[in-house]
Amino acid sequence: MTTLFTTDHEWLHIEGDVATIGVTDYAQSQLGDVVFVELPKVGRSLKKAEAAAVVESVKAASDVYAPISGDVIEVNEALVAEPALVNSDAGGKAWFFKLKIADKSELGGLMDEAAYKAHTA
Amino acid sequence: MLARDQSSLKRTPLHALHVARGGKLVPFAGYEMPVQYPAGVLKEHLHTRSAAGLFDVSHMGQLALRPKSGQVADAALALERLVPQDIVAVAPGRQRYAQFTNDGGGILDDLMVANFGDHLFLVVNAACKAEDEAHLRAHLSDSCVIDSLSDRALIALQGPKAEQALAKLCADVTAMRFMDTGPRKVAGVDCFVSRSGYTGEDGFEISVPAAQAEALVTALLENPDVLPIGLGARDSLRLEAGLCLYGHDIDTTTTPVEGALEWSVQKSRRSGGARAGGFPGAEKILSHFEKGASRRRVGLRAQGRAPVREGAMLFADAASSEPVGKVTSGGFGPSLNAPVAMGYLPTSLSANGTHVFAEVRGQRLGLEVAAMPFVPNTYKR
Repeated sequence: MTTLFTTDHEWLHIEGDVATIGVTDYAQSQLGDVVFVELPKVGRSLKKAEAAAVVESVKAASDVYAPISGDVIEVNEALVAEPALVNSDAGGKAWFFKLKIADKSELGGLMDEAAYKAHTA
Repeated sequence: MLARDQSSLKRTPLHALHVARGGKLVPFAGYEMPVQYPAGVLKEHLHTRSAAGLFDVSHMGQLALRPKSGQVADAALALERLVPQDIVAVAPGRQRYAQFTNDGGGILDDLMVANFGDHLFLVVNAACKAEDEAHLRAHLSDSCVIDSLSDRALIALQGPKAEQALAKLCADVTAMRFMDTGPRKVAGVDCFVSRSGYTGEDGFEISVPAAQAEALVTALLENPDVLPIGLGARDSLRLEAGLCLYGHDIDTTTTPVEGALEWSVQKSRRSGGARAGGFPGAEKILSHFEKGASRRRVGLRAQGRAPVREGAMLFADAASSEPVGKVTSGGFGPSLNAPVAMGYLPTSLSANGTHVFAEVRGQRLGLEVAAMPFVPNTYKR
């Protein structure tokens, strides 16, 4: 499994042709207390950089973008029931959705962990 | 970039304390103010509702209105030329909520007016304070000396444990009732204390000389029940309490009647009263009292979990293309664990229980007009 990052603070776990997507711990620390999450519908076809999900803290709403193009094959309903998972386990239980990757070449534009650490330093 | 943007911002006398406590400082009304501390908005909000929250509101304006005659009644009568409230009836040691109005009946600012026996003490909003002072000078200089008390800090201590926390530094605050006010010694410092605030909780606002502010706040924070709270939680607390935020829920285009603030205008200033009218926009405002206004500020409860925020357009039904109103404040209410909002609707749609829709990210979300406050207030009357 490979983990990649975007400049918009999303992470992707890549396993075969499936990407599991969430927001980084850095992102949740900036958002503050998350109180609402809106996920994409299963079956939706997302284009890279398209707004895919919404995460709302007490104070503000933020979009989560599709880091790559693909079809939504699964969403994390546990996150809808318990939005605070984003604060407690951003990199784990608080994954947002899984995409069937449309074009693996798009992964080339993403950062590895070292590059992302430098980005948020 | 942040440093350059913030270099022109003013700082309150408590700035160093905010930094030391890990406050996240943001630009607000020309000041660098703490929006939250490390605990975060949610915990800070709930702490204020269950214990005591300490807020720095030193950015707000503090003014003294001193009658040239020496008679406070003359200052009260003079101020009644600018506000639709009965100021003459505010007894020494009491304060009242008021609004400066404009010639169109709109609201220039909302404020607190206290009778300090020989003069009036005013607290106004940060963003309006320069205009408010100029407004007072332009209209009241014939009868009053207007003092800007810019060398004072203002702190609010709010919540069910505020009384016992403050009583350790000033025993006689326990005898105060909601809207009582006046000079008090707090930890040996000459302060003005009022039993008021803007969270819906019992609590106090304390005006303290700038030089003593940090020592006083440090003494209050020694009590483990008291935590510093940022402006983020102050906003969610006042929203749950159904209280207006100037520039959002009320402004120069809304009259006190449209703003659902009829309760704040006493009978003596309404048609047929002893001192009816005589304030800017009286004709429009009094006609709203007599004939009603076409729109009204209402409370809104969302049926779903999605917060409906300021600026969202309101619709009478799920399909209509013409909005009937707009959300003026909205977000998540931590005490209710649910979204809450307020906004303006046509009076015909303003009854509690009326169903309307808000447009959020292209979807129509169901809302119900609901009584305010959303969270019952706990003022000590």
